[in-house]
Amino acid sequence: MSLTTFLQQCLTGISLGGAYALIAIGYTLVYGILRLINFAHGDIFMMAGYFMIFAMASFPWYISIPVVLLVTVLLGVSIERVAYRPLRTAPRMSVMISAIGVSYLLQNLATYLFTALPKGYPEIPFLKKIYQIGGLSASFVTFLTPVLTLIIVYGLIILINKTKIGMAMRAVAKDYDTAALMGIKINRIITFTFAIGSLLAAVGSVLYFTDRMTVFPFSGSLPGLKCFVAAVFGGIGSIPGAVIGGFILGLGETALVAMGYSTFSDAFTFVLLIIILLIKPTGLFGEKTTDKV
Amino acid sequence: MKKNAVSKNKLYTLAALLVIIALLAFLQANSSQYSYQISILERSAIYAVVAVSMNLLTGFTGLFSLGQAGFMAIGAYTVAILTIPVDSRASVYYVNGISPAIANLHCPYWLALIIAGILAAALAALIGIPVLRLKSDYLAIATLGFSEIIRAVIAAPQLDRITNGSYGLKSIPGFPNLFIAFGLPALCILLMVLLINSSYGRAFKALREDEVAAQAMGLNLFRYKELAFIISSFFTGVGGGLLAIFMRSIDSKTFSINLTYDILLIVVLGGIGSITGSVIGSFLVTAGREWLRFFDNPLVIGGFEVPLFRSGFRMVIFSILLMMVVLFYRRGIMGSNEFSWEGLGRLIRSIPSRIKRKSKAQKHPAGIPLCPESMDDSKKGDNA
Repeated sequence: MSLTTFLQQCLTGISLGGAYALIAIGYTLVYGILRLINFAHGDIFMMAGYFMIFAMASFPWYISIPVVLLVTVLLGVSIERVAYRPLRTAPRMSVMISAIGVSYLLQNLATYLFTALPKGYPEIPFLKKIYQIGGLSASFVTFLTPVLTLIIVYGLIILINKTKIGMAMRAVAKDYDTAALMGIKINRIITFTFAIGSLLAAVGSVLYFTDRMTVFPFSGSLPGLKCFVAAVFGGIGSIPGAVIGGFILGLGETALVAMGYSTFSDAFTFVLLIIILLIKPTGLFGEKTTDKV
Repeated sequence: MKKNAVSKNKLYTLAALLVIIALLAFLQANSSQYSYQISILERSAIYAVVAVSMNLLTGFTGLFSLGQAGFMAIGAYTVAILTIPVDSRASVYYVNGISPAIANLHCPYWLALIIAGILAAALAALIGIPVLRLKSDYLAIATLGFSEIIRAVIAAPQLDRITNGSYGLKSIPGFPNLFIAFGLPALCILLMVLLINSSYGRAFKALREDEVAAQAMGLNLFRYKELAFIISSFFTGVGGGLLAIFMRSIDSKTFSINLTYDILLIVVLGGIGSITGSVIGSFLVTAGREWLRFFDNPLVIGGFEVPLFRSGFRMVIFSILLMMVVLFYRRGIMGSNEFSWEGLGRLIRSIPSRIKRKSKAQKHPAGIPLCPESMDDSKKGDNA
């Protein structure tokens, strides 16, 4: 393998990893606060893909993207409202089953509304433009994804560490009941968390599907699970952990595909999960409880 | 008095069994006429086995495992490889050829089912050692991961000469007759019932209620968890094998995560911790999907076509119904109670005071030994 091909693969891996990282943050935020694996998160990501298709049918991209972000946030927040909030006091298993139910519902809804056939993802001209750097050639989105991911993560860390609502989020993640006693409106914080998670999923979906070109009703389920694994790998509750987990997954998967083991690229994720759970069940950055949220 | 009641119950159970056997004989005699209904019932019975085995873990031992599809895949592929007739193998493996190691392996379906169970159980024993150390959601996601790994390995091109890769395996011989198709699932469920009512079953329940307390009482936590996991996987493997015999052709896509979710929803609907609930659940869910089929066809009322009715609508309705159960009726159909003739009698006599009945039933949850077959019967009546 020549150096150029190697770098080319690395670039693909980092780009995929960036999209994964954005989704993984959604898992890690929700898990940090509710101790819930939001199985529907991958399907929210898939729905964002469909929203984009419909938005692009009638608007130019600079209007479509904000519309998609807004609609996806609404979807995420309303899922929390309808399916998770009534179960706040229920055993954790019930909430998890509810999350699986929502995921099932979204997949069936997408199959019903948009048929099971893959739909072409609209091309956003400036994202698809091919750039040449040295021997490497890739579309703009490939370069943009990791950069955008890092910018967003930086913003998020500032939000969580420096703002009042960020402080409230950390408090809720640390101790639910005490936070409530301190006058923090728990439900508002949880809604806010879901809003951020869905927003990032929508951004991730634009970046991911621009590369993949098609959306179908199940295109969210496997990436969703993978990103959860990325979050666990990095230490659930930790944002830098989720980002690093996402990049490792993206790189590892691309490497396996490049080596010709593409059937194992999905299994790789889970092997990684099992290894980390055995060696360090809290994940790479899981120990520092201050990193929660 | 009490003795009288017990013998009465036995009589009812016997009568129900006879009705089922008569029904099966009737269906067997008219199998071509009722093939659609029979296939729904057979699928329900097989799902019931897997649902009960999942309930054994989730409901009785408190281990939330999502690895069912993987173990089913192992069972299904084992049965398929062992039972496809030797002379039709060349046509099944026409693309890649068959590995000489399995070319002449052949055994009767019952032996293949047992081997399927044993292989699934052996794998569970291996997986269990690392995985069962994990708690709740981590356990769920790790077992789910293993299930995906199993599927990826089965679909891997390196195993093409054994699993036939993405082409799947076909020409698996079907059930010789209906008595076997329903008898085997009934036998599996009966064995699990016996296990749950034994001292092992009580140990499992103790684990579910409070791990620390159970440990303090001298239970070896890991040993019992591993045991529950192995036994559950054994029956899941057998269930997968039965599914292969039922479907007659399998491929790795059948055993995706969604299969596990289907089984989970059956368990939830029936009631976590109730065996009869799981059995009722699997018949209801499988039949319900068929009943809801009219939602998939365009509906015209007085020349006006109702807009929502088209392909896929049924699954939306179905998933909304399931969400309703999860959100508003969390106990499922049976809660953690089991079916008993008294319960049925009370239900029929006093539908308005049902809530009272539930609280009474909770006082003696063990009740009369359940009788899953009789539930099959009621569902069959609805279908045929």
